[in-house]
Amino acid sequence: MAATVLEARSVSKRFPGVVALDDVSFSLRAGETHALVGENGAGKSTLIKVLTGVYQSDGGEIRVAGEPVRFARPFEAQQAGISTIYQEVNLVPLMSVARNIFLGREPKNRFGLIDFTRMNRETTELLDGFGVRVDPKRPLHTLGIGTQQMVALARAVSVQAQVVIMDEPTSSLEPREVETLFRVIENLRSQGIAVLYVSHRMDELYRICDRVTVLRDGRHIHTGDLADLDRMRLVSMMLGRDLAEVRREGLTSFDTAGHDVARTPVLTATGLDRRHQLHGISIELYGGEVLGLGGLLGSGRSETAKALTGALPLDGGEITVDGKRIGRPTPAAAIRAGISMLPEDRKAEGIIPQLSVRENIVLAAMPRLSRAGIVSRDRQDRIVSIFMERLRIKASSPEQKVGELSGGNQQKVLLARWLCLEPKVLLLDEPTRGIDVGAKAEVQSLIDDLAREGLAVLLISSDIEELIEGADRIVVLRGGAVAGELAGDEVEESRLLEVLADHTPTAEPADHTPETGRKAPVAGQEDPR
Amino acid sequence: MTTQATLPRPAKPLARLRDPAWYQEYGVYAAVAVVLLFNALFTEHFMTADNLRTQLVQVAPIVIVALGMALVIGTEGIDLSVGSTMALAAALLPLYLGYGLVPALLIALLAGAVVGAINGTLVSLVGLQPIVATLALFVGGRGLALVMADGQLKQIVNPDILALGTGSFLGIPLVVLIAGVLALAVAFLVQRTTFGRQIVAIGGNRPAAALSGLPVKRVLIGVYILCGTMAALAGILATARLTASDPSSLGTLMELSAITAVVVGGTPLNGGSIRVLGTVAGALLMQLLRATLVKHDLPDSTAQIAQAAIIIAAVYVARERRSR
Amino acid sequence: MKNTTPAAPAPQVPAPLKNAPSRPEPRPERSTGSRIGELLQRQGVLAVLLTVILIASFVYPTFASVDNARGVTVQASFLAIVALGMTLVIITGGIDLSVGSVFALGGVLAAWASQWGFLAALLVPLVVCGAIGLVNGLLIARANMAPFIVTLATLLAARGMLLAFTDEGATTYLVPKDSAFAELGQGSVWGFGYPILIALVLFGAGGLLLQRTSFGQTLFAVGGSSDAATLMGLPVARTKILVYALSGLLAGLAGALNAARLSSGVTIVGVGMELDAISAVVIGGTLLIGGAGSISGTLWGVLLLAVIQNLINQIGSLNSSYQSVVSGGFLIVVVVAQRYLARSRRTT
Repeated sequence: MAATVLEARSVSKRFPGVVALDDVSFSLRAGETHALVGENGAGKSTLIKVLTGVYQSDGGEIRVAGEPVRFARPFEAQQAGISTIYQEVNLVPLMSVARNIFLGREPKNRFGLIDFTRMNRETTELLDGFGVRVDPKRPLHTLGIGTQQMVALARAVSVQAQVVIMDEPTSSLEPREVETLFRVIENLRSQGIAVLYVSHRMDELYRICDRVTVLRDGRHIHTGDLADLDRMRLVSMMLGRDLAEVRREGLTSFDTAGHDVARTPVLTATGLDRRHQLHGISIELYGGEVLGLGGLLGSGRSETAKALTGALPLDGGEITVDGKRIGRPTPAAAIRAGISMLPEDRKAEGIIPQLSVRENIVLAAMPRLSRAGIVSRDRQDRIVSIFMERLRIKASSPEQKVGELSGGNQQKVLLARWLCLEPKVLLLDEPTRGIDVGAKAEVQSLIDDLAREGLAVLLISSDIEELIEGADRIVVLRGGAVAGELAGDEVEESRLLEVLADHTPTAEPADHTPETGRKAPVAGQEDPR
Repeated sequence: MTTQATLPRPAKPLARLRDPAWYQEYGVYAAVAVVLLFNALFTEHFMTADNLRTQLVQVAPIVIVALGMALVIGTEGIDLSVGSTMALAAALLPLYLGYGLVPALLIALLAGAVVGAINGTLVSLVGLQPIVATLALFVGGRGLALVMADGQLKQIVNPDILALGTGSFLGIPLVVLIAGVLALAVAFLVQRTTFGRQIVAIGGNRPAAALSGLPVKRVLIGVYILCGTMAALAGILATARLTASDPSSLGTLMELSAITAVVVGGTPLNGGSIRVLGTVAGALLMQLLRATLVKHDLPDSTAQIAQAAIIIAAVYVARERRSR
Repeated sequence: MKNTTPAAPAPQVPAPLKNAPSRPEPRPERSTGSRIGELLQRQGVLAVLLTVILIASFVYPTFASVDNARGVTVQASFLAIVALGMTLVIITGGIDLSVGSVFALGGVLAAWASQWGFLAALLVPLVVCGAIGLVNGLLIARANMAPFIVTLATLLAARGMLLAFTDEGATTYLVPKDSAFAELGQGSVWGFGYPILIALVLFGAGGLLLQRTSFGQTLFAVGGSSDAATLMGLPVARTKILVYALSGLLAGLAGALNAARLSSGVTIVGVGMELDAISAVVIGGTLLIGGAGSISGTLWGVLLLAVIQNLINQIGSLNSSYQSVVSGGFLIVVVVAQRYLARSRRTT
């Protein structure tokens, strides 16, 4: 058996009011790829942060190569050979690629000053190994998000680590980049480096991981060889649900029956255009249907939703609701026309953490609930109590601050904010991302109910199962344009993957010639024409 | 995973004293009470109607400016130009008194509104950072005031203006009355009007407010106009009390006093919450503290160092807890 | 665990990474327009400065004289040294409002200590002002308090210390005539005062520090994304503490030099100097949100402010109040122009 390189023994971590890790033990062996799985809130991120010195554990100990250690800062963990890439790119956007990769360990010349020539050269060599060809002097923020993640990966791997921790590394990668990542992992494995791999994507886990550790509600549930565990068993362990129940109900809470769809579209968007982002997108949305909007990251899904609500200025295109054209789309105009959007990033674009549940719910409806600019508490309270009850929002009172609620309840508050406007069209951008299983199920059945009541729902989701089980029809985007539409029996996994993964063959030859590969346009990707 | 449950409020009074949230909430009132108590016990002629009236009259302009500043800080902004705006109002007042009291007052207030509109436009439409946007008028505003006044101090003899500075109604000095009414009006604005709640929402999360269809730009410009107008009003009242227009020194360092009052009053600098009453108490605390030190023959230097210590203490209490 | 060893590394040899498919990056062609925009944004202040100097030289012959140039640059050197520290602080996304007071305090301490000779006159202000900067840094980095408000408090505290030290401003300490310390402020090499030379050397060193050392890179990283810098294992707190200490140190040094030049510790200097320094830094193209900026830009910004002041003095008919009107106007024009240039670059 390979030596244990990193070990957690009975580690606990408490936050005010929450036990995030409760007596968790697990170990990582040299050369293995170890999956760490669990639902949101299971404690994965906390465990990683304890292992990398971002948090300090309240109990238990961490051992590196058998020696007990205590990391006060991420720097110390890195010194001990533990390197991490995070789900969100944690690099400095304004600095160049090379500076990012070598931050804190820049090559010096004999005067002790940074040797930029060497730094840029080494960056190019290093990135070549990852199949990424970029000018090392380019500011990081000018690169695509996937490339940025590859730069982060290059930085993490290039520090001579013994352990590389990857937290959802593929969430912003394209299929080809995922392949590169897997090759990198193989390479690390052959060098005896241990990889701790966190991901929700089952097929990835089964492809590259040797062992798996399951966490649930901050507790250690299981560690063992992945090959001995079938998918359903793994999922039922993560969810803490009975295996038979999972089999019977599927993985989502959508009703399997379809909806009664109206004949005429509520929302019609034609030829939505925005430089570099959207290219002639046309969409029709009918009352009573859930339209899925699929596509990989960067395909223009969120941009389309934002364009429909007027939050993203357009260069061309027209949006009509019930036959009436929205003149100059702004969020206020869209709301007046009956379009509501639940944004993707709940924290950054959704909740106002310091304000109460009540105020967050009535935020958009405030002018309607006021007389002569003076707010009416009575009207507010009435609306708020209706929605808190209907969406089963768990808060100590309507006056509790939203920042203190769980992710799922925050999401429900946001849904209430939009539903109390009585919209005709509801755009949902990743409505179940980052919320716990229970809330996820509730949100999913709510979407069903809303469609049944005649609302037109646009559902954006990276979760393939959610998209397939939830939507009546799916429009797939690629490179900011509509790539295909699935309706009826076509709404199933293999067909969706086919459309999602479609790469125009013309791009292939360019890829294999290193010299021209650098300048080749990517068909259907960056180049609209 | 950090947001599962709330901290239960400590019930025991002793435990409460160890809870930083309590200090943030009530610390400033407690401090005012402590200072008053100290003076009642140890300072002669402090708790007299005359002295308290003097203190209130002196703090009134600061309170008025601080109220406007609190609104701006509530949007995650800052307005460095308030002192210069006061000077501008003071410089304009004697120039237009020839047309009568009301036109002169209106012109002075209008100047404040214009300064605010420029600040607001630079912040909301151009997208400058509030510090930079208002820094320009901080530098230029006083210069403009001096240019208009020809760098001179002008005596003001208009009896109506002087009455504004020294008159009283039901025994309460007019200046104090105006500040008090404004405090109530701003409190009402913040708590009960759509505009007020929109200010707080924009300060709390601007992208979210924009996506919710709130008129972000209009609200921001409105807030800076309010702040500028209130600064101009403070400039008028201070001029009336001085019985002279002194654009070279009126309102210098006022931006610091106002920011101090707001911060000591418990309004966080990163927006999303406005404490109107706290702001008034913050201004009062600094004023009483200075007065106390003066009455005990402690020099100005000590007063400044004490002020610094209080600011640090207030912010230390209100600071974001590092790891949640 | 006890049972089977995990599957050995996959039997097949890992694919050579060299042949991994490359990810072609979108390379928006950059129009000449955007290049000019970039150049303008980077060196715009220098262009404005040169234009103003050129025009002024033609219109006011007295402006172009060597004497006047010496006078302007000596005057500017004190603000320049303060603004140098401010630039570094602003690059980390912070701000230091205390520099004006610290500048004044440094001057008074230097004048007071000059009775014990050259070294004391330099060291005393440096130690005290460096310590004030250190306190700023500790409160900001360790206690996690907002830089704006912490340095606002030390602005008051330093001014209070100055008053306490000078009997409420009543005492003015004098630098002994013809002492080595007075020479430091008044002497010159080839007609250039020592303060100018010191400022230039400091700017050279500051440029190297910022661009060519790990510390400088960390400043940019902290300003660009403090969280990312922490997760990358950079010494974020230590860097912040150091940068505020450095700013205090430089402000104290500038104050000491100013006292040497004036032969006395004037108590009323430095009021509002922090805002002048911030103006110069911002005009010089450093972003107030942190993460980007340059030392050279700050130098041009300081000189631009100094030249404006000098020009208004040259135009005898104008009262000196116009100076702040013009400076304020310049500040607006420059930052608005920067804003639009940055915006147009982003969209092209």
